[in-house]
Amino acid sequence: MFSPTSRLAAKRLHGIRRMFLQSPSVSAAAAAAETSRSYSTALNYHIDSPDNNPNMKWEFSANNLEKVKEILSHYPSNYKQSGVIPLLDLAQQQHGGWLPVSAMNEIARIIEVAPIRVYEVATFYSMFNRTKVGKYHLLVCGTTPCMISGSRDIENALLKHLGVKRNEVTKDGLFSIGEMECMGCCVNAPMIAIADYSNGSEGYSYNYYEDVTPKRVIEIVEMLRKGQSPPVGTQNPNRTRGGPEGGNTTLLGEPKPPPCRDLDAC
Amino acid sequence: MSFLRALRRVHPLIRANFSNSRVTSRWISSTPDLHNPEAAAAAVPEPEFRPRTPVGGARIEIQNPDDSVEVFVDGYPVKLPKGMTVMQACELAGVDIPRFCYHSRLSIAGNCRMCLVEVEKSPKPVASCAMPVAPGMKIKTDTPIAKKAREGVMEFLLMNHPLDCPICDQGGECDLQDQSMVFGSDRGRFTEMKRSVVDKNLGPLVKTVMTRCIQCTRCVRFASEVAGVQDLGMLGRGSGEEIGTYVEKLMTSELSGNVIDICPVGALTSKPFAFKARNWELKGTESIDVTDAVGSNIRIDSRGPEVMRILPRLNEDINEEWISDKTRFCYDGLKRQRLNDPMIRDHDGKFKPVTWRDALAIVAEVAHGVNPDEIVGIAGQLSDAESMIALKDFLNRMGSNNVMCEGNGLNPQADIRSSFLLNSNIAGLENADLFLIVGSQPRVEAPLVNARIQKTVRATQAKVAYIGPPANFNYDHEHIGTGPQTLLDIAEGRHPFCSAILSAKKPAIIVGAGLFGRKDKDAIVAAVETISKLGGVTRPGWNGLNYLLLNAAQASALDLGLVSSPDVIRSAKFVYLMGADDANLDDLPKDAFVLYQGHHGDRGVYRANVIFPSSAFSEKEGTYENTEGCAQWTIPAVPTVGDSRDDWKIVRALSEVAGVRLPYDSLMAVRARLSRVAPNLLNVDARERSTISEELRPEFKQKLSMAPFGAAVENFYMTDSITRSSKIMAQCSSTLLKK
Ligand code: SF4
Ligand code: FES
Ligand code: FES
Repeated sequence: MFSPTSRLAAKRLHGIRRMFLQSPSVSAAAAAAETSRSYSTALNYHIDSPDNNPNMKWEFSANNLEKVKEILSHYPSNYKQSGVIPLLDLAQQQHGGWLPVSAMNEIARIIEVAPIRVYEVATFYSMFNRTKVGKYHLLVCGTTPCMISGSRDIENALLKHLGVKRNEVTKDGLFSIGEMECMGCCVNAPMIAIADYSNGSEGYSYNYYEDVTPKRVIEIVEMLRKGQSPPVGTQNPNRTRGGPEGGNTTLLGEPKPPPCRDLDAC
Repeated sequence: MSFLRALRRVHPLIRANFSNSRVTSRWISSTPDLHNPEAAAAAVPEPEFRPRTPVGGARIEIQNPDDSVEVFVDGYPVKLPKGMTVMQACELAGVDIPRFCYHSRLSIAGNCRMCLVEVEKSPKPVASCAMPVAPGMKIKTDTPIAKKAREGVMEFLLMNHPLDCPICDQGGECDLQDQSMVFGSDRGRFTEMKRSVVDKNLGPLVKTVMTRCIQCTRCVRFASEVAGVQDLGMLGRGSGEEIGTYVEKLMTSELSGNVIDICPVGALTSKPFAFKARNWELKGTESIDVTDAVGSNIRIDSRGPEVMRILPRLNEDINEEWISDKTRFCYDGLKRQRLNDPMIRDHDGKFKPVTWRDALAIVAEVAHGVNPDEIVGIAGQLSDAESMIALKDFLNRMGSNNVMCEGNGLNPQADIRSSFLLNSNIAGLENADLFLIVGSQPRVEAPLVNARIQKTVRATQAKVAYIGPPANFNYDHEHIGTGPQTLLDIAEGRHPFCSAILSAKKPAIIVGAGLFGRKDKDAIVAAVETISKLGGVTRPGWNGLNYLLLNAAQASALDLGLVSSPDVIRSAKFVYLMGADDANLDDLPKDAFVLYQGHHGDRGVYRANVIFPSSAFSEKEGTYENTEGCAQWTIPAVPTVGDSRDDWKIVRALSEVAGVRLPYDSLMAVRARLSRVAPNLLNVDARERSTISEELRPEFKQKLSMAPFGAAVENFYMTDSITRSSKIMAQCSSTLLKK
């Protein structure tokens, strides 16, 4: 059907694109990108499975029902739907880090909206997981500052160490790895956040581990596996919080007050 | 030379006629004219801005001049009320702004960015659909910035679009295709992989090719705002965004077909119409829908002798720009089960085709062989006014006055028009602030009336109370009872609803025509009228006491006086069924002769002895009066099938053979006759205000029975002979109505 020349041209074009994709500096990124481009843990539509279907009953625990009441008290009674995000978060903590469709239906019932309005929110935010995650859900920041500082290597190290793909749970159910957008911690890039769902919503924590290296993240994972709690924040012993390595170099004295206009003079 | 003089004489006149349009600049005058000093002096220097024609006939009413602002669109001044948008200003100035997500009947989303225009002093282009006008705004729609913005948006939209126009059903009427021709660039720079999206199953009517979706969210807004079903949503985000229902779910709305029209691309198209025709091959005929009593305005698209699809036509007073799924998809019923030839039932019970001459002769002979008061005529629910008047005249000439129309029940009230019409009009329902729905399920009986109520409830939080069997509503309502007892309680002031109706400013009562068949109909109507008096439902300037009819023929039948009671059937010997398929013939004596005249081999033919084939609504010119009493005309879109004829012509022919010739030979003549019986039927598109005169109501001697109200429509998708023959409607009933 096609003339040989056009086939040749198409082949060349393909070759050129391959070449770009395989240039060494971006090869890791491209490989990661090819495994999965999706930042969310699930597809944008629901497929029934034995542990995730609308017929499953799902309820907030008694403790959490109190919290639900507390959350809803923040909003006027005719704007209950504003509570959708905190409620989804609470449900996710209660349900081991992910939201089955029946949990979303229950929230829709509580805030009196159609279920689809809750699905829309839950699918929009990549922090809501709609498939199973590990007890520790590791989120690697993939946005530019972290990426430049090597977040791809960190993700690859983690994936290799745990022997999983992105958004896949390890056999023992302990870990899963996801990607996230900038978490506002770029000053200590690269960073990962670890959501700890091992103890329900009571023991839930969500911590940042900053200035990580491929070696360090594996140490962190191993500590978690042993039940220890690695120190949160920057992992660089020479830094305090967002401060520079080796102590402050600027702003050493009292800062000068800003020059103020004499308002009375005008 | 005399010609030139004549030209000169008419010239100023023509100028005056055209001075409003662009033609002025195109006027070519002959040279002698230019040398004419008079004409030269008369030529006025052109004003700087000629008045422009607003896009799509847009017009505004400035009610409060203080609240209006003046803006400039490409230098042309426009005045419009505060709060209107830049896009509306542009439309008034005659500038059509490209758009995808904006739809005048839906809320503003502002997410496609196709409508970007430049506004002076604004640092970047603004989305005109979402930006309110500010005084003195200088809007520029044809500057390089605006052009570049559009081109950029277009490039982004096409980035992930499959560009599969050759195999896309929207091709030729696709906004994306048209606008990319005008505003787009001739090549893209996107060399990555395109995204693809899983298709969703929305049921038997709407086909989805979700990869084509441009995320305008019109369908989502339509579903939740107009159709009132919250099924569709925008899932995911960024390039992963997709339209869907998340969980596997069909779109269970009786208006779902409208998403096909509002989807600007080919993501949502008609499933039955898929790959059947290209839109430029179709001939459009502007007609009227007859599948319910609303009388939606439609366009019948046909190719040759075949109706290919039905689309809505804009009519603000009736259907806005929506139609129900039954209206849109019943057309395949027009091709199935049609009666082609006159037929006579043999001794062995089989129908055998005969010529018109023989058929007419036999029927005339039988008709003359029975007593005149044993002749009964029943008009079907799809009958037009012309055929009904012909039927009535024919039977009258035969000496019988037993003519009725199915669905109008016992003892129909035809003298007072307000006792069977939707008196507040469909559009008028939007003014109501309280609805009492009695024995009617508007969602299945008249989806577009229901859409109005839904719109009103959504816009003004109007309260809806409902008396009847448990029913499906797509807005908040209070189910206050199931039968006449509740009506009595309200009428006697015992019900909590009384206080609501007393405090309402414009209460509306909607009584379903399904109740017309009840034995205690008059008593129910009396109870409703008491409530209406009590609650001030009818008052000067507002008549909120409405009857919602079920089928297209009912209103004109009552206007024409087809009002005999169905009881006459017990003693009938000759029954003329004019398309009447739902008439109850159980009481008919076994030896009665039944003539069925209709277009479909539907229920009516089971009992028929002779069949006369007639033409369907898509094949004839007919007058239909809708439930508000507004007469409208159908226009033939396709030729009739086989040997069938228009109903009134058949009656006319039969009358001649029977020796009681009806005095009309043309449609005009029938309409002249109509104008004598019911002049309003010739007043097309007009609604005549009916008087409220309860004193004229005849006495009734019925007792209110306590039996609860029933549902008038069991299967929304199959209510008449056309929809019952339609395969698509059958699919809908089996997939969408299953519990
Ligand atoms: S399916 Fe059509 S109407 Fe719905 S968002 Fe996509 S393009 Fe818009
Ligand atoms: S880019 Fe990683 S935290 Fe901001
Ligand atoms: S039409 Fe204005 S943003 Fe879509």
